[in-house]
Amino acid sequence: MTATESTTRQTPAGAGPRLPRKLGAFLVLSVLLVLAVAASLLFGARPVSLSTVGDALWHFDANNGDQGVVASRFARTVGALVVGAALGLAGAGLQGLTRNPLADTGILGLNAGSAMSVVLAIAFFGVSSLTGIMMAAFIGAAVVMTLVYLVANVGRDGATPIKLALGGAAMAVGVGAITNAILMVSDSTLDRFRKWQIGSLSSTPIDTFLGAIPMVAIGALILLSTARVSNAVSMGDDTATALGFNLGRARLLGSIGVVILAGTATAVAGPIAFVGLMIPHAVRLLVGSDYRWLMPGSLLAGPVLLLVADTVGRVIAPPSEIQVGVMCAMIGGPLFILMMRSGMKSVSL
Amino acid sequence: MSQPTEPEVTAAPQPAQGRVAVRKNRVARTVLWMSLVLVLAIAAYLFWGRDRLPAAEVLQVLGGQKVPGTSFIIMSDRLPRVAVGALAGAGLGISGALFQRWLGNPLASPDVIGVGYGASAAAVLAMITLGYTDWKLNAFALAGGLVVAALIYWLSASGKRTGPRLILAGLAIGAMLQALIQYLLTQAEVNTASDVMHWLTGSLSSSNWNSALVLLITLGALGALLLPFVLRQLKMLELGEDSAAALGVNVPWARVLLVFVAVAMGALPIAITGPLAFVAFLAGPISAALSRGPINIPLAGLTGAALVIVANFFAANLFAETALPVGVITGAFGAPFLIWILVRANSTGNGA
Repeated sequence: MTATESTTRQTPAGAGPRLPRKLGAFLVLSVLLVLAVAASLLFGARPVSLSTVGDALWHFDANNGDQGVVASRFARTVGALVVGAALGLAGAGLQGLTRNPLADTGILGLNAGSAMSVVLAIAFFGVSSLTGIMMAAFIGAAVVMTLVYLVANVGRDGATPIKLALGGAAMAVGVGAITNAILMVSDSTLDRFRKWQIGSLSSTPIDTFLGAIPMVAIGALILLSTARVSNAVSMGDDTATALGFNLGRARLLGSIGVVILAGTATAVAGPIAFVGLMIPHAVRLLVGSDYRWLMPGSLLAGPVLLLVADTVGRVIAPPSEIQVGVMCAMIGGPLFILMMRSGMKSVSL
Repeated sequence: MSQPTEPEVTAAPQPAQGRVAVRKNRVARTVLWMSLVLVLAIAAYLFWGRDRLPAAEVLQVLGGQKVPGTSFIIMSDRLPRVAVGALAGAGLGISGALFQRWLGNPLASPDVIGVGYGASAAAVLAMITLGYTDWKLNAFALAGGLVVAALIYWLSASGKRTGPRLILAGLAIGAMLQALIQYLLTQAEVNTASDVMHWLTGSLSSSNWNSALVLLITLGALGALLLPFVLRQLKMLELGEDSAAALGVNVPWARVLLVFVAVAMGALPIAITGPLAFVAFLAGPISAALSRGPINIPLAGLTGAALVIVANFFAANLFAETALPVGVITGAFGAPFLIWILVRANSTGNGA
């Protein structure tokens, strides 16, 4: 596979496969996405026929039990689309802006920050509305990201990948300890929070996911606008500056996009690990490391992973189900290791 | 602090020798300071704080006499806690420092690369699905840590890129294990979940002389028998694996032994106290920053012990009503500490 030879530090112009292959990759991703949506609607603890899905979509009958099943699956399908797109793109954006192949909303501590902030909001301020939880998640993610960046930025060489990752890991553990402390004091918060904390798309009303779409769209637009800067950054900060990019402004803008995406996803579905770390690496194998391709590719591929994970989690052990957060980790972990072992040279620590 | 020689005096005839002497001096000074901190924190915990006991009675108990009430508190609660805390901290510190030095990366502490999660996940599994609370829980935790380490090692051991691969494989396995722990938590009754959360935070509250003895024997045996050997081999491995092989080191076996000692040193404390956030991660870098040199393994062990004992004092006395689990303190106060180290290392230009 030629794509494995491209590295994150390589000149973007020469990186990755040629145009027809990139377009082919996008076609494959789109087909996969359609198939994943269909599978998500059709399969579950209780199988339904294709015609029932059609009926439920076009002339919904609230009294029909099968159609009710489809309706609930429709909600989580929308959820998987929204959350997957947000996490996949956020991961790609973080990896580009920080030139850090290990960047992930989890590793840089953003998920942990959102989670702590949401737990604080639930436990001490009685917040329960989506807007409130989303705001709390944004604030948590933004505070952690700012702190991590400020810490990593001290010193001569600025925010190097390893300093960012270290600061993020430090923050995640510290913030996680505070979250645990709050949860231990309040059993009722623990009961509500442990189901959310795992990352789940079930029992969330569709309105919640629909309400998240505008935020994801805004975050996505902001982040996609930084694709060219990310390409320049992959050649090194000095080169990027020499090419006339304002790195400070680009990083600020990109960070805002990442915080919006990661915060929204965490607020509606709980912290879901691994999507942001794995999707960009997988897409990089397909389209190369040009962020103008990599970012939209991650936007498409994130939902595929989430839909498959959610569907498999429903089918694997009926009548109970395994939450999508667990499934993502169980699918993502081995796949990630497989990629690493097959000679992913793009990861240099 | 009694300071035998000033650095300027020792830095005389040959520059290289002088540097070594200065470094040894700094390490010795840091050992003295750390020991002082350790002793002061133990004394503060025994004599001073929320539930203060009459100092005279505490001294009598420490002198071997029986004082009703005070004897029980000191001998059955506070001293075992201090013993378990110091031993666990030392084990975690050494474990983290071994990984960090071998992989040349401060991120590579056992709690980051999944080994800690292996021990935790196995223990949570034992608690929730098997209902174990006794020594079987500890055995599960140790086995979990070793199995996960073996898995990560097997996944990453091929050729020269073992270090980065090991960190990556560990991150992946760690994330999977975290998800597994969360899943098990959702399957548990809320009371059990609460207990598990308590254990997962890391606590000294269930310490007794038995657990202290177990830690002392196991960590002591590892530290006395295997650690010196591992340290010698580590020094040669740091010259590069080819050079080490040329010096007669069996590189694959040296690595396996190193990983085994590092994992066991970290998983044994986790088995007893639960994962004490940050101790393994912080002990090495803190000791290196204080001694202004490379990570010194025994010094990191001492630093780990001091961290846990200081945290234990704060956990017991920070709030008027409740004593917190010590892991809350190491986690919450560890973060700014690590940030301080990062900033300090960055601004002097030798940052990570």
